[in-house]
Amino acid sequence: MPHTAPAPTSRTPAARQRARRIRAVRVSLLLLIAVGLVTSLALGTVILSPSGLWEVLLGRGSASAQKLVWEWRLPRALLAIVAGVALGVSGAIFQSLTRNPLGSPDVIGFDTGAYTGALLAMLVFGATGFVAIASGALIGGLAAAALVTVLAYRRGLQGFRFIIMGIGLAALLTALNNTILIGTGTQQARAATAWGFGSFSGLGFEQLVPLAIAVAVLIPLTALLVPGFRQLELGDDAAQALGVPIERTRLLMTAVGVALTAVVTAVAGPIAFVALVAPQINARLSGRFGLDLPGAALSGAVLLLTADIIGQRLQTSVGLITVVVGGGYFLWLLIRERRK
Amino acid sequence: MPAPVTSGTTRPASAPDAPASRPAPRRVPRPRRTTGLRRASGLLLALALLAVAVLLSLGVGAQGIDPLTVLRALWENDGSDAHAIVRDSRLPRTLVGLVVGPALGVCGALIQAYTRNPLADPGILGVNAGATFAVTMGVGFLGLSAPSAYVWLSFGGALIVTGAVTLIGLRGPGRQMPERMTLTGVAVAAVLSGVGSIIVMKNLELFNRVRFWGLGSLGGRDPEALATIAPLIAIGLILALGLAGSLNVLALGDDLGSTLGARILRTRLLSVLAVTILAGAATAIAGPIAFLGLMVPHTVRWFTGPDQRWIIPGSMILAPALLLGADVLGRIILPSGELQVSLMTALVGAPVLMLLARRRRASGL
Repeated sequence: MPHTAPAPTSRTPAARQRARRIRAVRVSLLLLIAVGLVTSLALGTVILSPSGLWEVLLGRGSASAQKLVWEWRLPRALLAIVAGVALGVSGAIFQSLTRNPLGSPDVIGFDTGAYTGALLAMLVFGATGFVAIASGALIGGLAAAALVTVLAYRRGLQGFRFIIMGIGLAALLTALNNTILIGTGTQQARAATAWGFGSFSGLGFEQLVPLAIAVAVLIPLTALLVPGFRQLELGDDAAQALGVPIERTRLLMTAVGVALTAVVTAVAGPIAFVALVAPQINARLSGRFGLDLPGAALSGAVLLLTADIIGQRLQTSVGLITVVVGGGYFLWLLIRERRK
Repeated sequence: MPAPVTSGTTRPASAPDAPASRPAPRRVPRPRRTTGLRRASGLLLALALLAVAVLLSLGVGAQGIDPLTVLRALWENDGSDAHAIVRDSRLPRTLVGLVVGPALGVCGALIQAYTRNPLADPGILGVNAGATFAVTMGVGFLGLSAPSAYVWLSFGGALIVTGAVTLIGLRGPGRQMPERMTLTGVAVAAVLSGVGSIIVMKNLELFNRVRFWGLGSLGGRDPEALATIAPLIAIGLILALGLAGSLNVLALGDDLGSTLGARILRTRLLSVLAVTILAGAATAIAGPIAFLGLMVPHTVRWFTGPDQRWIIPGSMILAPALLLGADVLGRIILPSGELQVSLMTALVGAPVLMLLARRRRASGL
C-alpha cells in the first residue's frame, strides 16, 4: 500500500485533493466533538431543553441545573474527549510500531495486565476504593508491558517477536483472570467484569485534571518523535540510512504509547477497542493510511464521547458501547468501501 | 494505518524482520536431506508426545490408574471401578480431545497461512463470537438449556457469522481479501460480543451460564454431539491437507502465484470453508478454546519451516497432544475439582510459546 505521506510541498492536483480530504475529515470530526459535547451536557437522567442549557451556559438557570452541568456533566464529557484522544494516539502508535492493523496497546499486554492487577486488588485483596483499584490496574498493566518489552528485546525490538510475546502474555493473563473469576461468586464476578469493560460513572474533576495534565505532557512528546517514527515506516534499512536512531525511537514510542493508555486505564478502566478502531476509522475516512496521530486522536475522541452519551442512556459501561458503536461503524465503512 | 497485513505481494508486511516466504539463506543452506530428517524426527516426536498424552489422559485424575490397567480396560471390561472410570469417563473425554485438538490446530495453521498475520487465530473470522452470541440469545431469550441446544446454537452461530464475514470480505478486489476479512471478523466479533455482554450484564443468571459455557472443557460433553460432528471435522481435516500445496503457492503472492497456476480465489474460499467447519465444530463440541489454534502452528513452523505440507500435519498431531496434556494438568492442579482446559492451554502454552519465541530464530509467516 502506498504511504500517503502528507505532502504540503507537493503540488500535484491529486496530492492537493488528498490534503483537502484530510482537512475536511478533521474539521468534521472537530464539529462532531463540539456537537457531542453540547449533547452530553444536555442529556442525562434530567434532560435539559436547548433553551435551558443556554441559560445555564450563560450562568443563569437554577442552582441545581448549574451544578448538574458544570460539576457532573462537563467533567465527564471532557474526560471522554481526553481519554479518546489518548487512546486514539496510542492505537496509532502501536499499529505503526507493529505494522499490523490489529495493533493496539493490548498487543503489549497492557489492558489484560491492568485487568489482572485490578482483579487481584478487588477480589484477592478485597480493595473497594477508587485509588486502590486504579493503582492495582496501573501496576498490573505497566508490569505486563515492561515484561513484554524486556522479553521481546533482543538486539532490538522486532515487530514479530514483539507481537508473539504480547499475545503470549495476554493469553496467559486472560486465563489467569478467568481463573480468578470462576472462583468468585456471581455478584462479585459481575462487578469485577463490569470494571473490566471500563466506565466513566462517578468520575469528575478530581480525575479529569490529572488525566488532562498527563495527556497534555505526553502528546507534545509524541509529536517530537513522529518525524523519526515516520521514517521507520519505510523500513529499518531506509530509516537507518536516513540517520534515525531506530531502537531508541521505537522504545520511546512504545513508552509513550503505553503511558497514554495507562493514564486512561487508571482513571476509567481498560476501555476496549477505541485504540484499535480509531486509527482504522480515520484511515478509511480520510484515505490516509499512514501514521496520522491528529486524525486518530479526533476519531478516538468522537467515538468515546458518542459511546458515553449512548452508554448513559442505556445505563451500560461505556466500554461495551465503544465496542458496539466502533465495531458497527467500522463494519459499515468496510462494507461501503467495496461499493466504489 | 501502517502497511497492510497482506498486500498481495511477497512482502510479509506484518513481520518486517522475518524472511520472505522462504527462509533467507543467511548461512550456507542446509542439504535437503537434513531438513527432511529434522522434520520427520519432529513429527515422530510429536506422535510420541501424543501417545504419552493419551495414556496420561486415560490414567491420571482424582484416582490414578496405572498404564497396564488402562490398556487392559480399553480391551475388556472386568467390572472393576478402575475399568469403569477409564471406559465411562476418561475415554470419552480423551476422544473429545482427540477430535477437537486436530480441528483447532489445523484451523489455526490455515488461518495464519491465509491471512499471513501472526495475530490470527481461528476466532478471527468471528467463530467464537458467533457461537457465544447464539448461545447467549438461545439461552437468554428462548430459554434453551439442554446440552444439545448449546451444541447446535454454537455451531449455527459460528457458521452464520463466518459466512457473513466471508461475504463482506469477498466484495473487494481479491488481493485484499485476507486483510478485509481479518478486519471484518474483528469488527463483527466486537459488535456481537458487545451486544451480548450488554444483555448478559443485565441478567445475573444468564451471566453465570454464559461465563461457564465460555470456558471450553473436554469433560462432561455430549457423546451424541461428538458422534454427529466428528465426521464434519474429518472432512475439514482432509480438505485442509488437500489445500496445503496451493497455500504454499499462494504464499508467493497473488501475481507470482497465479503465474504459477494457483487458483487463488478457489484456494481462499476453500480455506475459509475448512476453517469455518473446523472451528465451528470444535467450539460446538467443547466450547470456546482460544489459545491452542494460535500457538500450535507457530510452534510447528519453527521446527518445520514455512512449508504448509508439513505445518498442517504437524499441527494436526501436536495440537491434540498439547490439549490432552493441558487437560491432564487441569485435573490435578487444584486441590479439589479441576480447571477448565481452555484456561490450562493458555496457562501452560503461553509460557512455552514465549520461551520458543525468545530462544529460536523465530521466523515470521
